[in-house]
Amino acid sequence: MNLGLEVLIGGVRGGTSILYAGLGETVSERAGVVNLGIEGSMLCGALGAYAANAASGNPWVGALAGAAAGGALALIHGYFVLDRKSNQLATGLVVLFLALGITSLFGAAYVDEVITPFTIWEVPLLSSIPWIGDIFFKADALTYLSYAMVPLIWWLLFRSRWGLLLRGAGERTEVLRTYGHKPQLVQYIAVLIGGVMAGIGGAQLSTAYANAWFENMVQGRGFIAVAVVIFAARQPFKVMAGSYLFGAALALSPALQARGVSINQFALNAVPYIVTIVVLMIVGKKGASEAPEGLKKVFEMSPG
Amino acid sequence: MRKSWMKLVVATTMLVASLAASSAVVTSAGAASASAPGEDSKAVGFIFVGPKDDFGYNQAAYEGSQAVKKAFPNVKVLTAENVPQDDNAARVMEGMVSRGAKILFATSYGHLDAALKVAKAHPDVVVVQQGNFIEGDITPNTGTYFGTVYEPVYLAGIAAGLETKTDKLGYVYAFPIPQTINNINAFELGALSVNPKVKTYTVNTSNWCDPAAQAEATKSLLSQGVDVITQHQDCTATVIKTTEAAGKMTVGYHADASKLAPKGWITGSEWAWDDMYVDIVKTALAGDFTGSKYNANYRVGYKTGENPFVESKFGKIVTAKEKAAVASAKETISTDGSPFAGPVVAQDGKVLFAAGVVPTYAEIEATAVFVKGVVGDLPKS
Repeated sequence: MNLGLEVLIGGVRGGTSILYAGLGETVSERAGVVNLGIEGSMLCGALGAYAANAASGNPWVGALAGAAAGGALALIHGYFVLDRKSNQLATGLVVLFLALGITSLFGAAYVDEVITPFTIWEVPLLSSIPWIGDIFFKADALTYLSYAMVPLIWWLLFRSRWGLLLRGAGERTEVLRTYGHKPQLVQYIAVLIGGVMAGIGGAQLSTAYANAWFENMVQGRGFIAVAVVIFAARQPFKVMAGSYLFGAALALSPALQARGVSINQFALNAVPYIVTIVVLMIVGKKGASEAPEGLKKVFEMSPG
Repeated sequence: MRKSWMKLVVATTMLVASLAASSAVVTSAGAASASAPGEDSKAVGFIFVGPKDDFGYNQAAYEGSQAVKKAFPNVKVLTAENVPQDDNAARVMEGMVSRGAKILFATSYGHLDAALKVAKAHPDVVVVQQGNFIEGDITPNTGTYFGTVYEPVYLAGIAAGLETKTDKLGYVYAFPIPQTINNINAFELGALSVNPKVKTYTVNTSNWCDPAAQAEATKSLLSQGVDVITQHQDCTATVIKTTEAAGKMTVGYHADASKLAPKGWITGSEWAWDDMYVDIVKTALAGDFTGSKYNANYRVGYKTGENPFVESKFGKIVTAKEKAAVASAKETISTDGSPFAGPVVAQDGKVLFAAGVVPTYAEIEATAVFVKGVVGDLPKS
């Protein structure tokens, strides 16, 4: 297979879990809540999906359980930052370590379980288009679902009335409160959506892509998603492009190696992170000025 | 402030990624006495780099520790999982010493430096390390031990070389440590011994267990036409399932995973540490460690008849004729042969072992290049 094509296929394949988590984080951040715990939501999603799949034999039951597990963890984050007004960054990390511990503990029993994974389904006609068909239309159901989620989230954020409220909550909660809305409820829902999406991303990793559970198997993809969201300026379609870019960067190393191309593995493995830093440098200033006002407060560490 | 917040997130992300890798409990204390190293120890300590239930390397070592527990009911067995390969390992071992352990097993390759440090601080404590190699003088209370992992891998390579239809084998590995290099070379040499056209394609993941990276590596190999895949990873399920789902064949590592690949399972290699662990503990408890065979870089294999690394059972697709070929090769390497019996040629054409030469275990372990027929470069660090 052509190297470029293989890397692009790998980009979508490996980028889908990042895309789910990134879309969720986009919603959450638009409402003014940064959740570094989405890495943890992905872990909970990966284990929840794997366990439910093993028990039921149905990948969709697994995906739903993964979504629920990811959402439940995000609600813990929501409670502390929204009700208890704790520091968002610190809380997100604590929630991540909580998830790491819980999933390692309860996940041990599932390492050796066999599941019924999502299978590849080729879309008739579309899958026979050169390149496009191979890249996008020979995939699992969760990947197809992610294609629909991107415009859906975009519409929700920028075209629906509720999205206006949500973005308002991310800018100035006081204004919403003055007009009789309940910004905290809106923020809770946004955080929940963030966790649910990350949970589905984890489910995609464990039951559609790697078809295995192992402790800490997310291996930083949740943090990559947070980075993608920042440099995509919280725009769903840009998040999609960024996720695939990362997926492609991760796919480049094995694709080159399988061809016997001489490379430095350590340099190549740094590519995704170098890409992040470069993009942050380029779009950094602009991205910062476009960030929701509520978020700026978080990063400036000012109280409240 | 505005610009700095994103840098903060990036920095935090990196910090967390590094923190996530370490989770061992840290204690510290000292102890001293005048008896022989390890003699009459009240406890035996084991440290593992990963979790005890990874269905791989660490689980095998953990099961060995439980065999020790069973064999010596009066000795307490202390275990610590997820011990990083840095100074934390020394602290964990110090903690075990303070709880009465005078015999310590450091079971990961990267635990050697910490093990030697603890051994130096406590001359009365026996510290043995699994799989690495002590350069230079070996003090009276240290040693390394290992099986010749590449022997069953060589035999599996023979079966793979006979089974492949595309003459392309695949190897997913983590890091280019000597064990892995030997395994890859032995796999290719075994296959070459029965199939002169066969090549082994290699991909590394730079991680002992990242299932998604393993899936990607496996798919890259499959897209090159590889039809038999084996691996050197700590968690092994993903590579096997991905290969099986593609209708290709599997050679296992660490454990018998034939149930994950009911159609494509050829064979594999797995650990059996019980006897060696028990014997090391027995020797040390009796006060006989110093000067014993374990007070060295101790290596065993088919020739000594007690290799702790053994062949897995064959899968359904392996024919009687193929099994006979494997059995006859096993006979040869158990007597006067070796997987690395010359001529063995490196990728660049340099002769590693000349025709007629049967290298020693130490010479084989010192091999730092791929043999001819392996596709892929060793990463330079």
